[in-house]
Amino acid sequence: MGQQEQFMPERDDAPVTAAKDLDSDRALLAEAVTINRDPDDVYAFWRDPTNLVQVMENVAAIERIDDRRSRWTVKGPGGKDVCWVSVITHDVPGEELTWQSEEGAQVANSGKVEFRDAGPRGTVVRAVIAYDPPGGAIGQLIAKLFQREPRIQTRRDLHRLKQFLETGELATSARNRRIHEERYGDESQAEKQA
Amino acid sequence: MKAITWHGKHDVRLDSVDDPEILNPRDAIIRVTSTAICGSDLHLYDGYVPTMEKGDVLGHEFMGEVVEIGPKSTLKVGQRVVVPFPIACGSCYHCSKQQYSGCENANPADTQDIGREGMGMPMSGIFGYSHMTGGYSGGQAEYVRVPFSDFGPLVIPDDSIEDDKVLFLSDILPTGWMAAENAEIEPGDTVAVWGCGPVGLFAVQSAFLMGAERVIAIDHFPHRLALAKQFGAEVLNYEQSKIYEALWDMTGGIGPDATIDCVGLESHGAFADNIWDQIKVSTFMATDRPHVIRQAIMATRKGGRVSMPGVYAGFVDKFPLGAFMEKGLTLKTGQTHVHKYLRPLYTAIAEGKIDSTFLISHRMGLDEGPEGYKHFKEEQDTYTKIVLKPGMAATTAA
Repeated sequence: MGQQEQFMPERDDAPVTAAKDLDSDRALLAEAVTINRDPDDVYAFWRDPTNLVQVMENVAAIERIDDRRSRWTVKGPGGKDVCWVSVITHDVPGEELTWQSEEGAQVANSGKVEFRDAGPRGTVVRAVIAYDPPGGAIGQLIAKLFQREPRIQTRRDLHRLKQFLETGELATSARNRRIHEERYGDESQAEKQA
Repeated sequence: MKAITWHGKHDVRLDSVDDPEILNPRDAIIRVTSTAICGSDLHLYDGYVPTMEKGDVLGHEFMGEVVEIGPKSTLKVGQRVVVPFPIACGSCYHCSKQQYSGCENANPADTQDIGREGMGMPMSGIFGYSHMTGGYSGGQAEYVRVPFSDFGPLVIPDDSIEDDKVLFLSDILPTGWMAAENAEIEPGDTVAVWGCGPVGLFAVQSAFLMGAERVIAIDHFPHRLALAKQFGAEVLNYEQSKIYEALWDMTGGIGPDATIDCVGLESHGAFADNIWDQIKVSTFMATDRPHVIRQAIMATRKGGRVSMPGVYAGFVDKFPLGAFMEKGLTLKTGQTHVHKYLRPLYTAIAEGKIDSTFLISHRMGLDEGPEGYKHFKEEQDTYTKIVLKPGMAATTAA
């Protein structure tokens, strides 16, 4: 044989999105999507947080404070808004952004989004978010029941980002405006786009 | 406007609903001139497909006239268009591979979770076919909102080609064609087709066009078998003959080179496995009755191909996986990538290579739609295909 036994590192090669210990108790989540655009385009869209309000369903408003800081207002479970100021802590254009909420945040959170070149398939966008769930695990369970659970929300938001960047619009199955508002909430995406 | 709506098992109605509107830049509004009831609509009618909601507008086979366009539509008001049943954006990875029914963007983000849970990943949007595929209002209506209208609809340039000739480009003609394509037919092949409904009959025609020497069509409705015979198929009536034994003998103990299941999840017949399936389905232990696909796998020659355009919705029991493996079969299936076939099949119709109107047995006004569903379900031998004409007054059925 003569071959040396391979050193097995503590973790396997699976991406963090598949980690079994990435469960709800730890309030750490990861989601990925592939977008048929160049990493630079996707990065540029994300770098301006005022763009994100168009694709993030539960985000009521994002105000730009300065180049690195923005104020986020998010619809929480039970119709209560939660706010925080987000600061970009690390910025590699076209590749990666990390952020952290400032002290005093109603939901402390931090995260990283990577933009990886996927050749003819475009860009893999992977978001990893750590947060302190309001109301702890029970609050999170309630949020899940109302579909405001951050992992579901993040997956849908990344899909809306993909739709917007690939097709120029956000898909709606509604027949008309009345049904659109019924299905997707009062403050519809279309209105936020306007 | 008037529309055919779903209210529950065996309960479809003609309702007055509010009109569609342009919501997105690439949208168009179509005034429907012809729309058909599809065999797969009967799966909704019979309550087999989950995530239907009361009041959903049915219909995914339709064509009509463009009456309104969004700022990014490339259609023009007044154009005649046929609309493919899957909704596809034309710009995602799957669309770039011409796998349009896997379009990643047409199913809204909020309804993608259901498909992800049930199938591992969500499918594209489909008109009038449950909320798992988006919850889009369908075409059995006076008007329809058509998303991505710059990409999907086929403009019919020639006014002298009537609706009936091109309507089936929306689904069943490309579906029958793709079924034959998936059977990877080689010249000289014998192909067996289960189900002589519209898709099966188009699959019979397509198989011959692709070089099949013999096509054996299987059903139990004499009129449908007669139509298959008209296109040159040999026919088997499973109420008269044992299908496996017949195919064995007719192919000299080899088996058909390719088999096509154009039946899907509501397979009929008093076979032991099917009766067991019906009990399981009625007690919600299973969703699908897969008798035909089992029989096709047993009958196909070693190394042969199985094509499955028939719709399945969930899980099946007693799938002969061992036979499938030991015989080295290939199975190809999927919702039809309609957009891929629109232009070539339009040309084939215009050149008279494909007869696309033979199966229409009844034309009715939209008002008669609910009656149409009942007839199509209960009198399959005479009601081979119903086309609804929203412009046609009631009680003028042809």
